Amino acid sequence: MKTIKMIYVVAFMVALAVTGCAHKPVNVTQLPPGPTPPPIETQPSTMAGGAPPDMTQGTQLSTDTNVSSTAISGIPAASPYLFQGMIEDTNALASYTAHFKYDSAAVQKSDKTNLVAVADALAADASTKLLIEGNCDERGTDEYNRALGERRALALREALAKIGVDPSRVRTISYGKDKPADPGHDEEAWAKNRRGDFVLLHPNPNPPTVAPQS
Amino acid sequence: MKNYLKIVFLVSLAIYSCNFLRAQDDQNAIVISHQVPILGNTKPIPVSLNGFSGEVESVLKFDLYVLGFSFVSPDAAQYQISGSNSGNIIGHVSDKFAKKEILSRGYTGASVRRQAHAFADDIVLAITGKKGIAQTKIAFKSQSENGDGEIYVSDFDGGNPQAITHEKTIVSAPAWVPGRLAIYYNSYRFGNPDIFYNNLATGEARVIARYGGSNISPAPSPDGSKVAMILDKDGWVDLYVADADGSNLKRLTKSPEDESSPCWSPDGKWICFATKQNERRRLAKIPAGGGEIQYIGTVGTPSPTEPDWSPDGKWIAYTCQFSGEFDICVVPADGGAPVILTAGEDPSWSPNSRTLIFTKRADWHYTLSVLDVFTKQDKDIGRISGNDSQPSWAK
Repeated sequence: MKTIKMIYVVAFMVALAVTGCAHKPVNVTQLPPGPTPPPIETQPSTMAGGAPPDMTQGTQLSTDTNVSSTAISGIPAASPYLFQGMIEDTNALASYTAHFKYDSAAVQKSDKTNLVAVADALAADASTKLLIEGNCDERGTDEYNRALGERRALALREALAKIGVDPSRVRTISYGKDKPADPGHDEEAWAKNRRGDFVLLHPNPNPPTVAPQS
Repeated sequence: MKNYLKIVFLVSLAIYSCNFLRAQDDQNAIVISHQVPILGNTKPIPVSLNGFSGEVESVLKFDLYVLGFSFVSPDAAQYQISGSNSGNIIGHVSDKFAKKEILSRGYTGASVRRQAHAFADDIVLAITGKKGIAQTKIAFKSQSENGDGEIYVSDFDGGNPQAITHEKTIVSAPAWVPGRLAIYYNSYRFGNPDIFYNNLATGEARVIARYGGSNISPAPSPDGSKVAMILDKDGWVDLYVADADGSNLKRLTKSPEDESSPCWSPDGKWICFATKQNERRRLAKIPAGGGEIQYIGTVGTPSPTEPDWSPDGKWIAYTCQFSGEFDICVVPADGGAPVILTAGEDPSWSPNSRTLIFTKRADWHYTLSVLDVFTKQDKDIGRISGNDSQPSWAK
């Protein structure tokens, strides 16, 4: 009787030790509170120093260092500040939108009459300036399209310069594939979206007072 | 009395053997994987998963799947993962062939979701000897149907998303500064595509490039001291590099071709980007301080764009295009035979140089997906709004 009791006790003790060993891990990772590392306490983003700096005025910030060069350079861009506060007229030149072939920034011959009309509109009023918005269809990759839209706008600016438009009156912007004219997903829509829109800019009679940082 | 001694002896023996097993656990914490992984052609490691439920089970399944594990019955498993998640997580991993436990650990504190990620990292370390990625972060763009978007940061699996911008305009190309709580991105906030630097610790955003034309595609150097970008202020779309705050701007290329999507070699010596040579799209690299362009061979994968250099320096992941369809490819960093992994675009490497996050198109919507380059196993992560794209993995 005593022996049986003893066997029970020993069996219990061994079982306790073994099960304790198998199921109670000694290693415990204590995680700090919070949703997940690294702790990022993001705040609503605030702009430092109000309006952004004007980087195209004052000191020469850009230096060419051993650039892999070919013959000529493009036409330097005018500072966005020279266009600050101008009033956009999206209707005036809306019918002269230029279109492009797939993955191409080459200005098409069929757009020559549109370009002449835009040049005429600028010649008619010396106080106006021009914004060219380069756009792409949705098929390309994001950043590639952003660069392609810019090249389309630059190609149109160059074509306008060739027919007498002062390029310092022209500002370019690329929207990549973010502003389709037609939201469709077929060739008809894509052909409309591969485009350069012309926006006439009028001087603002009440220019904004916020000055850029120096 | 004799019996009493017997009990003491047996209990001591039990405790001793228990400690002995624990010591063995520690010794065998690092077990080398049994196969040499091959890009796109590696079999997943079969494991069984028992005892977990709900969010913990789904987190473990996601994390292990995208790190090259498959789930089978305990009999067919090479490693048996077991435990419980009533309250906190307790987990064990046994190597069935070696017949021993290689991991036994409990987790306390934080959320069970985070405990599950921590356990997943420990499993990956115990089985493969490699550091896991389950507790890493990503940044990405979330865009609504009208084109406006915000930059988000989240866990690598899409958990805990937070908008870090409130721009209500077009934003693009978030790029995480390695080792810092800071992100560069592109925003049209001031009516022009400008490059911003956002300090995530303070929420302060600062314009670091606002020249005429486009200021796009920022790419911080591995040490965070420089930023490469695409500008056309001088009339052509070219590659530039500046100090982290935008000062000391240097033009690196000068060609009417389009340069796009710069990225850095992990040693900071090279900037890799997409360009054209003789009307063909190519990947190329240029010394970060300026110099001659070198082209990177990507034979058989037309129109390469969006390169990203792996943190271990060995690979460049990129997007190629076959007649309208995009694929994720990986090529040795010096060029060579590329491997086409899966349909998608804009890959970003995780810190482990084995996992990619990329953008997937389906029905003209964009979703982020996490891909193991060895097994080609991938899983989509949850979408914030209409379209999530342009992921950048925090390293």
